[in-house]
Amino acid sequence: MTQTLNEIPDFKTLSPRVDQVGVEERVARFNTRSIKKDSKMYALKLALSMVDLTTLEGMDSPGKVRQLCYKAMHPHEKLEDIPKVAAVCVYPSFVRLAKETLSGSGINVASVATAFPSGWAPMKAKLDEVRYCVDEGADEIDMVISRGEFLKGNYGYIYDEVAAVKEACGSAHLKVILETGELQTLDNVRRASDISMYAGADFIKTSTGKISPAATQPVTLVMLEAIRDFYYKTGKKIGMKPAGGIRDAKLAIRYLVMVKETLGIDWLDPDLFRFGASSLANDLLMQIVKQQTGAYQSLDYFSKD
Amino acid sequence: MLKETELKRPNRLNFTGGWNYDPAPESASNVKLKETYQHFINGKFTEPEEGKYFATLNPATEEKLADVADGSAADVDAAVKAARNGYNKYWSKLSGRDRARYIYRIARMIQERAREFAIIESLDGGKPIRESRDVDVPLSAAYFFYYAGWADKLEYAFPNRNPKPVGVAGQIIPWNFPLMMAAWKIAPALAAGNTVVLKPAETTPLTCLKLAEIIQEADLPPGVVNFVTGAGATGSEIVSHPDIDKVAFTGSTKVGKMIHKSVAGTNKKLTLELGGKAANIVMDDAPLDQAVEGIVNGIFFNQGHVCCAGSRLFVQEGVADTVRDKLIDRMESLIVGDPLDKNTDIGAINSQKQLQTINNYLELGLNEGGEIYQSSCPIPDKGYWVAPTLIGNVSQSHRIVQEEIFGPVLTIQTFRTPAEVIEKANNTPYGLSGGVWTDKGSKIFNLTSQLRAGVVWANTYNKFDPTSPFGGYKESGIGREGGLHGLSAYLKF
Repeated sequence: MTQTLNEIPDFKTLSPRVDQVGVEERVARFNTRSIKKDSKMYALKLALSMVDLTTLEGMDSPGKVRQLCYKAMHPHEKLEDIPKVAAVCVYPSFVRLAKETLSGSGINVASVATAFPSGWAPMKAKLDEVRYCVDEGADEIDMVISRGEFLKGNYGYIYDEVAAVKEACGSAHLKVILETGELQTLDNVRRASDISMYAGADFIKTSTGKISPAATQPVTLVMLEAIRDFYYKTGKKIGMKPAGGIRDAKLAIRYLVMVKETLGIDWLDPDLFRFGASSLANDLLMQIVKQQTGAYQSLDYFSKD
Repeated sequence: MLKETELKRPNRLNFTGGWNYDPAPESASNVKLKETYQHFINGKFTEPEEGKYFATLNPATEEKLADVADGSAADVDAAVKAARNGYNKYWSKLSGRDRARYIYRIARMIQERAREFAIIESLDGGKPIRESRDVDVPLSAAYFFYYAGWADKLEYAFPNRNPKPVGVAGQIIPWNFPLMMAAWKIAPALAAGNTVVLKPAETTPLTCLKLAEIIQEADLPPGVVNFVTGAGATGSEIVSHPDIDKVAFTGSTKVGKMIHKSVAGTNKKLTLELGGKAANIVMDDAPLDQAVEGIVNGIFFNQGHVCCAGSRLFVQEGVADTVRDKLIDRMESLIVGDPLDKNTDIGAINSQKQLQTINNYLELGLNEGGEIYQSSCPIPDKGYWVAPTLIGNVSQSHRIVQEEIFGPVLTIQTFRTPAEVIEKANNTPYGLSGGVWTDKGSKIFNLTSQLRAGVVWANTYNKFDPTSPFGGYKESGIGREGGLHGLSAYLKF
């Protein structure tokens, strides 16, 4: 049975319940997977190709953004045969600069928008911001949902908001940030995921990185399961982006195990899975070098941009 | 031989190709196994009287691991005499506190040698190292720890009832959880002040014999714990030995009935943990993704060689197709293979005999018109294997729904109302366990209070704890193990 997307479901009853204890047990079981040798190398490179290199600071500067773009294109000059990262994620003011710096590299520019990170702004301002980013050249828009409205139970508002932003995006890809640290319960995470996907999200994303906790494995698993159910119903493949808190290669591989065993190998692709992270890339590089040479090298050998 | 049900669903997930995990085997090189194992009687490894041995195999490779003594009537008699002597001379003279010290010591030594025990359990029985490492061995230690705590508190456990040990316990355990079953049997018996003669299953004696080494090192007085290895005939010698005061058996209902007959008219106390055909019930408001995981843990844990396995799945009609499709995709992601590989989800079938039993049931299911779905996972050439299997289009009158298969085979039926599912769930001669999945607390209590089963899990499955009693209704057994109930089975009042 394929449900067409123009039917708007009842979001109060759409989402199946989530059992937190069961989710945590499942995560614990994923984490017993032992990834060695070639499969580890494969995973490290795959993870690197999925990184959205991110800088979202009040003190960002054109220089910093340029450095980040250069890092994205040349993660580690000493290594051959390593992938580029998937995208660079910046504030709207830096989209044009990033786009120019990255031109011809095949690396996407993502911009946060819609009054990131809190989402407290009038709808018109949010849509204007999205259009601005797209005009500046953003390939991907990372929006935030209005958590205040969601927690009020105003699910229709969230649906309309995501649908409006999607429209404003035009051909740019839309990632919807749920800010799961503020939604707090897994039932809420599941419901917000469903609403976002039905409203037109191309990706769903855990966090802004400004709220703790940011991405966690249980939250990510619940979102992956929501993506799976949406795919079963509609045949449409939605992407997933955990963001914030994924700092080392070991944890990144555990996320990939979850993706592989929950959604299958089709999702092991930067088009459908991303890591929002700033320091992960260097740890991945360090582990790749370690796998190749057998020895860890000092962090000083890896550029920090 | 099996026809696969044509699945008409368009949006299936793809689990083949791409990123595959490299083998990550636990190294068995540090594990020392002797070529030959004797009985463990009176604190010493003892040659069998008739000099006969049999081989125990690794079911994943069909290679011999060791030769093990085949127990005769004379061996059993020697073991029972040693146990009686150990009881009279040493164990009954020790204070509860001193008994506890020995039992704690055994528990700690199991923990210290956990890795070795886990590897041997997987080698000898075929279960994945993930389970022997994370479930069997830690739980075995936990049962010893738990019952050690009761040894000096029997008066408080059963106030004003003057608890006294029974004497010599004869214990016979199955091949599905060799070390853990030994712990379930030995720990409460020793804590209550009894001595034991225990026979491990003929296909999985090695961890018991390793436990014998620990018992030796722990310096337990001679004769307190004795192991006689062998097959059914040896077990029957234990059951019928006149100087046994208590018989504890875990195994099939068929053998359980024979034992029950044989102890009838004697003074022997009896506990039986027998077969099961548990209903796992999924209501339409259940957390479905977690329920699917629970279904998988319920039936595919330990290759389905679990007496309390959730082998009959009942799904409320509105979500039945959803659950079946999710289950089929989940089964595709299960890894079947080398039990010592840390990534293996489903290991080897315990023996060729059991493999034959399971295959007979699959054949039967097919002939009865069942729609059989098997995971497409690759299966090793050597060894005994069954891919995870789901059988639909079956009803209460199918033999595969009625009889215990003891393998990774799940039947799926649907229902519409709670009354209907209760009737179906209870419509079995067994009554060991059951599971209920729903988001609504009142439904849990309504359903579980009507299920005629000794253990019922809600929104989880196959969870064990030393403090919780475990045992069956109807033909699933007599008496309880675990908790205070399990202790009282080794006491007279």
